Amino acid sequence: MSLKSFLYSCLLSTLAVTTLSAQGHDTHSPAQHSPATTEQHGQQPQGEAASHGADAHAAEGHAAHAGCHPEEKKSDKYDPVPAVMHHIGDANHFHIIGDLHFPLPVFAYDMENGLTAGLSTMFHHGAKAVNGFVLAHDVVRKAKGLPMGEVDLDEIHDGHYSFVKEELNAKGKKEDHHFVSYKGQCYELEESRKLTNLESSWIDFSITKNVFTMLMALLVIGLAFFKTANYYKNNPNKAPKGIANLMEVFVTFIRDDVAKPSIGPKYEKYMTLLMSIFFFILFNNLFGLIPFFPGGANVMGNISSTIILAVIVFIVVTLSGNKNYWQHIFWMPGVPLPIKILMAPIEFASIFIKPFTLLIRLFANITAGHVIILTFVSLIFIFGNAGQSVGGSAGGSLMAIPFVAFMNILEILVAFLQAFIFTLLSALYIGGAVEEHHHDEAAHH
Amino acid sequence: MIFLADFSPIKPDFGLLFWTSVIFLLVWIPIGRKAFKPILEALKKREEGIADALGAAENAKKEMANLKAENEQILAEAREERMKMLKEAKDTANAIVAESKNAAKEEASKIMKSAQQEIENMKQAAMTEVKNQAGLLALDIAEKVIKKELKSDASQVAFVNSLVKEMNLN
Repeated sequence: MSLKSFLYSCLLSTLAVTTLSAQGHDTHSPAQHSPATTEQHGQQPQGEAASHGADAHAAEGHAAHAGCHPEEKKSDKYDPVPAVMHHIGDANHFHIIGDLHFPLPVFAYDMENGLTAGLSTMFHHGAKAVNGFVLAHDVVRKAKGLPMGEVDLDEIHDGHYSFVKEELNAKGKKEDHHFVSYKGQCYELEESRKLTNLESSWIDFSITKNVFTMLMALLVIGLAFFKTANYYKNNPNKAPKGIANLMEVFVTFIRDDVAKPSIGPKYEKYMTLLMSIFFFILFNNLFGLIPFFPGGANVMGNISSTIILAVIVFIVVTLSGNKNYWQHIFWMPGVPLPIKILMAPIEFASIFIKPFTLLIRLFANITAGHVIILTFVSLIFIFGNAGQSVGGSAGGSLMAIPFVAFMNILEILVAFLQAFIFTLLSALYIGGAVEEHHHDEAAHH
Repeated sequence: MIFLADFSPIKPDFGLLFWTSVIFLLVWIPIGRKAFKPILEALKKREEGIADALGAAENAKKEMANLKAENEQILAEAREERMKMLKEAKDTANAIVAESKNAAKEEASKIMKSAQQEIENMKQAAMTEVKNQAGLLALDIAEKVIKKELKSDASQVAFVNSLVKEMNLN
């Protein structure tokens, strides 16, 4: 049994390695290009022309990047950090293998120009900009100042139409800035609006890799549970069979081991929420562990998803809070007055800290799992010197495959565990909000 | 390091926030209402059904035990009743036998008595008859004797005298 699962996960991780190696070649080939290769490109004369034109555009703030080609890379050593970070991030298309991508719908809402909708193929792997939007490093970004409609971007080096420059920001911190070149002129790319980047002029409502995975989870949960519900409808008071039998294990587990002991007699009202949380997290986690299309997204390892779950738990807990709950927060019964005053702000903060720990725990655990797996996979490229040494790659693979296999199995455990923990803690917080404290009051009189 | 700059999952993206809310609410509300709830209700119903069935079985078992005990009691009672009846019957029979015995005895003694009486009577009668017969016989004999002896007058007188003497004996 254990040998079988080991072999299976070996197979899975080999596929993961293949997928990533293809991606790695794709994304990180700049390291192998000498500056001379870049010089040979047909765009060079245009670039020269642009460097003159750039002066005219100084007012737009693009002059600093005149010449519009990336700084030479000092080392051709493989750097695993950007590769790993790239893979745990979201993407606007699904990479399958090599140059093959599964297109995803893009809905980019620009505050000035309105909605740009289409498939991610409209960017032609980053070669074209549509209404100012480009696809750089698998993510849609907006190039400020590009003309509307479809335009062809300048190729920086083979197959790449954007580049990254490190710059110091206002606080003196190093930041990555992405650029594209159009008619020899540089345009800085702007990320979609995020809570950390509220001044961005556009919002990305695209069905990204993460959204696509969530939709798959929605579909699978829907299919599985509608089938189960149908089974129970058609076979009332009968022993479960097939999918109903599988789902019943989880449903009764959540009901008997999570909801009932944590919430108490009022548990029934919260069962659908707890089940939704559990299965939504579980299926997204499990899809994230499939190393090939359509898996591998880092949904619960993206703070946006966990924020929403935590906010929903926060709202439910706050709305369910009874008199006792609020009393215990603002005026803790049974303790001396100074302690009461001390406890009130702490307890009040805990209302927000509890869901915050929920969202951080899930996000950190899932992201960490993906990072570890990707780091082990990166061993192959580190040993293989970014594809220059086949022997090194082979040695790296020999080392990486057992580690990746082990981590993949461990992550399956973590997928279940984190879904369970999130559900259990949500249930406990709800339980705390609806609990009746009659025994306490009796003790104080 | 460029670490933080590249670490995009920690930046909450508006689009992803929007889609997560939409998709999670789709799981929670339509699937929750239309699938989770019926499943939970069906499970509850089934469990209640099982609990009821178990309770009913337990009750039936208890009832059976009660019934059995009752039956046994009835049986014991019946047995006792039978014993009683048998005893009673025996007693009655005995009484009847004793009574009839007594009656028979009485009857027998009565019969015996009357038989004795009869015998006595018969004896008496027989005695009387015998006496009469003997008297007659004696008379006959006496007549003949007298006739023979009393051919003379002297003898007749002597005889009459002896008779008279005899008569005094009676």
